[in-house]
Amino acid sequence: MPKITFITSDGAEHEVEAQVGQSVMEAAIDHGVPGIDADCGGCCSCATCHVFVDEKWRAEVGEPVDMEADMLEVHDDRRPGSRLSCQIPVRDELDGLVVRVPEFQM
Amino acid sequence: MTTADVGDTQAQGAPDAPPGFAERVMPLDPYQVELEAIDVAQPHLFQARQQYAYFERLRKEAPVHYSPSGEFGPYWSITRYEDIQYVDTHHHVFSSEPAIVLQDPQEELPMEMFIAMDPPKHDRQRKEVSPVVGPRNLAVLQHTIRERVCNILDSLPRNETFNWVDLVSIELTTQMLATLFDFPFEDRRKLTWWSDVATARVEPGGLCETDEERREILRECLTYFMGLWEQRKDNEDGNDLISMLARGESTRDMPPMEFLGNLILLIVGGNDTTRNSISGGLVALDEFPDEMAKLRANPELIPNMVSEIIRWQTPLAYMRRRANQDTTLGGHTIREGDKVAMWYASGNRDPEIFADADRLLIDRDNARRHMSFGFGVHRCMGNRLAEMQLRILWEEILPRFPKIEIMGDPVRVRSTFVQGYTELPVRLPA
Repeated sequence: MPKITFITSDGAEHEVEAQVGQSVMEAAIDHGVPGIDADCGGCCSCATCHVFVDEKWRAEVGEPVDMEADMLEVHDDRRPGSRLSCQIPVRDELDGLVVRVPEFQM
Repeated sequence: MTTADVGDTQAQGAPDAPPGFAERVMPLDPYQVELEAIDVAQPHLFQARQQYAYFERLRKEAPVHYSPSGEFGPYWSITRYEDIQYVDTHHHVFSSEPAIVLQDPQEELPMEMFIAMDPPKHDRQRKEVSPVVGPRNLAVLQHTIRERVCNILDSLPRNETFNWVDLVSIELTTQMLATLFDFPFEDRRKLTWWSDVATARVEPGGLCETDEERREILRECLTYFMGLWEQRKDNEDGNDLISMLARGESTRDMPPMEFLGNLILLIVGGNDTTRNSISGGLVALDEFPDEMAKLRANPELIPNMVSEIIRWQTPLAYMRRRANQDTTLGGHTIREGDKVAMWYASGNRDPEIFADADRLLIDRDNARRHMSFGFGVHRCMGNRLAEMQLRILWEEILPRFPKIEIMGDPVRVRSTFVQGYTELPVRLPA
């Protein structure tokens, strides 16, 4: 099972074992990672599962497209590496992924 | 094919219209009218709180429903949670222009506001002002909000009946708006007035009886704000909404009607919604006394209760979209140009998502999934501010008032858009 590390805004690291096929957001919720709200339940429509993908993982994870790109376009806190974690499916290649959780979900 | 043709197609095979249909006044009981003739967007249904019975029937029998003869023309009603979410997140197909209510803008007063624009113009204008109500600024505002909440609650009369809407709900939201706009504090009730006028139905006995009267009042609003704009446009430091609009690259050259539109948007957005969730929370807790007891015993439930109150109240019943191409939804063809009402008030009572949805359950595990803030790029910009105001209010109410007596039935706003209250008689025993 791929391991994902969430670094929260206080610097704490939360390493979780994710299931292939679920989303990075769902992995966070399943393990009670703080700072991921996911109000809309995971269909890319509320932007409250925002994360910053660690620089060395950006190429593998990829860029936001379609609705996700539209949602991030109006996001005050968008930075390089910004993704909505409900739109990142967990796969074996993402074993070791590191993402940072912002201080606030909008 | 025009929208009228779609209406004709829909009506084929329908039995004779029931008596109410000729006058197009819906009976209070949704089962006293033929499904095809249902037109839920009638204010008397909302005032009598019968809209929910209509929504229940529509969700069961016609979740994507065409009303051929609404007050403002034909429109589709979308009533299931997932369909609403679909429409809300497909803004390339379902446009927010030119209006987000069923009534189209008036030619005499063509206000423009970013809630009723599509990307990319929407995105640019929204980004200029959204930081004001964003979480970072809220951390700064938190202290002010609590201070004002305490002052308002401490000044409430004891042992006499007063209108909670006026002394608490309106007062708190208006003070908050005055702060965000850095609006002259002694004039702050003008904000409430303009907000009410902006959403009021023009009708005999209404807040405005003629369109001309309404336009006059909104022009007065524009003139007042133009004055503030002039004062602030060269002010580099102002952190209020007017200064930000006056300085913002995408907003500083706005034509007057667009300035007015965006002001109205911010005033209504920050006013009606939170106001009616403040009143609605008390109405709901009175209706479900077990929940009030639960709250008193478990004040740590306040943040979740805030989401649940916003779900239960749904202060804005719907947002309207217009299809900008032919598309299908739930097996129906929605034609280019058709109006589509996404009934958030119905989605928030959809039993597929919320068990026992008509009940207030302050510890409901998925209360945050409510759709009162909308979904997609137009999602409410002030959501965190609204939640903070409600949270602080209840944190301060509980220790102060061990008993809050509701002295009579609340009076509801006559609207299909704003789900709110004008009166809620309350007494606080000394």
